[in-house]
Amino acid sequence: MKPPPFAWTAPQSLDEALAALGEAGDQGKVLAGGQSLIPLLNMRLAAPARIVDINRLTELAYLRTSADGVRVGALARHTDVELDDAAYSVQPLLRRALRLVAHPVIRNRGTTVGSIAHADPSGEMTAVLALTGGTAHVASAAGPREVAASDFFIGPLESALQPGELLEAVTFPAFAPGTGSTFVEVARRHGDYAVCGLAAAVRVSDGLVTSARTAYVSVAPTPLVLDLTEPVRGATAPDADWTACGAVAAEQTEPEPDIHASADYRRHLVLVLTARALAEAAARAGAEAA
Amino acid sequence: MTEQQHEVDVVVNGVPHHLSVPARRLLSDALRHDLGLTGTHVGCEHGVCGACTVLLDGRPVRSCLLLAVTAAGHEVTTVEGLGTAEDMHPVQRAFRECHGLQCGFCTPGFLTTVAAFVAEAPDPTEAEAREAISGNLCRCTGYQNIVASVLRAAELTREGGATS
Ligand SMILES: Cc1cc2nc3c(=O)[nH]c(=O)nc-3n(C[C@H](O)[C@H](O)[C@H](O)COP(=O)(O)OP(=O)(O)OC[C@H]3O[C@@H](n4cnc5c(N)ncnc54)[C@H](O)[C@@H]3O)c2cc1C
Ligand code: FES
Ligand code: FES
Repeated sequence: MKPPPFAWTAPQSLDEALAALGEAGDQGKVLAGGQSLIPLLNMRLAAPARIVDINRLTELAYLRTSADGVRVGALARHTDVELDDAAYSVQPLLRRALRLVAHPVIRNRGTTVGSIAHADPSGEMTAVLALTGGTAHVASAAGPREVAASDFFIGPLESALQPGELLEAVTFPAFAPGTGSTFVEVARRHGDYAVCGLAAAVRVSDGLVTSARTAYVSVAPTPLVLDLTEPVRGATAPDADWTACGAVAAEQTEPEPDIHASADYRRHLVLVLTARALAEAAARAGAEAA
Repeated sequence: MTEQQHEVDVVVNGVPHHLSVPARRLLSDALRHDLGLTGTHVGCEHGVCGACTVLLDGRPVRSCLLLAVTAAGHEVTTVEGLGTAEDMHPVQRAFRECHGLQCGFCTPGFLTTVAAFVAEAPDPTEAEAREAISGNLCRCTGYQNIVASVLRAAELTREGGATS
């Protein structure tokens, strides 16, 4: 199907975009990569009166990497973030998770910041932002504000963004030295949204596990972050009982059934994938020690 | 009600075009209906099937998920821009040699996707070839011959690079 009619404007600068969004208020919708919004328009599940197309704001097509983390501007495409070696060396979870986001052709167009703004609880990057304890940099005609990842995701497809606001960038902090990470998921086909998936980070100091944390997609209305350190604290990485962590995680999740998986099957996946992901992250912890 | 028309300048297959279209015109429809370039096929219009894939400034993208107005000022390459019947693109030669198509509905999307892929990865493994086409659906072939075509296209590209 085809999109319904809408008024369209393509500002050339951030200030112009903020003015247009401010004027449009709750009638306005940002168009970034369009890889989520245009399907919704084509299926007529969304019918915004005004679209503010940010694809000419090349000033926002940036990645700024320092030892502390990676700041991703609103017009950086998933592919740009995935292939950036500096970003990978500071926060390797970005590339690992992006490889599981849709297909290369979708990633050429979709933006990483757009997938955060979209707040799909199945979107891999929401879990990465949550697990890294990242920050959303929000801009509007009224001035900038910052929102912590833990306050940003409110419900399925619902974020802390208000009408008139643009998500200008997000920052994915680096992990502490000695941390290994991975992203593991089960999807029906390669590139599909996950039936269950998680980002995992394990910190090892002097050969002993000091922290084991996870963030899940497709099991809760927002990316769910769990601290699973207790069962493995002080264990050496190869001997740690990762299945015990998986069992704790399965107890703490209340997944919903849908046409692809029952709640029980999802909870089973939480257990198995948590154990697998933590073991993999722990094995990398030594190698990735900064 | 008449919708507001927007003026769009876009280069398609090396030729500059000027269009007057409503903002909601998808690039796929602009190519097919406004420019008569019906090589770009439209299957699902929500990004899943890959039949509508074109190159935007050299990178493969879904033309059904791009507004024509957003493409203004950019260069688009459709399957018509890859090669001609007399002078086929290496990817087109490979698909013919390896029987990489049956009904041909999905083929334009595969050809554009694979043309960009082999340019960047001229020596892919079979696993990489499969991943490269994982976003394109084909209802006929069962994919085996398409995978063979991707590997053959890479081979032809390497040979071309060695002789020229
Ligand atoms: C076939 C297919 C498969 C996919 N599979 C996956 C997958 O497995 N995992 C996954 O995570 N994603 C998947 N996606 C979605 C993809 O990652 C999108 O690119 C992403 O969700 C949204 O980014 P976008 O730039 O395309 O945003 P758009 O589609 O342009 O916008 C999406 C929403 O976010 C808002 N928005 C976007 N940017 C901003 C901003 N800067 N400020 C304020 N609001 C903003 C828009 O108003 C809109 O409501 C898939 C898409 C397709 C078509
Ligand atoms: S028509 Fe564009 S992906 Fe199916
Ligand atoms: S050849 Fe018929 S759909 Fe692929």
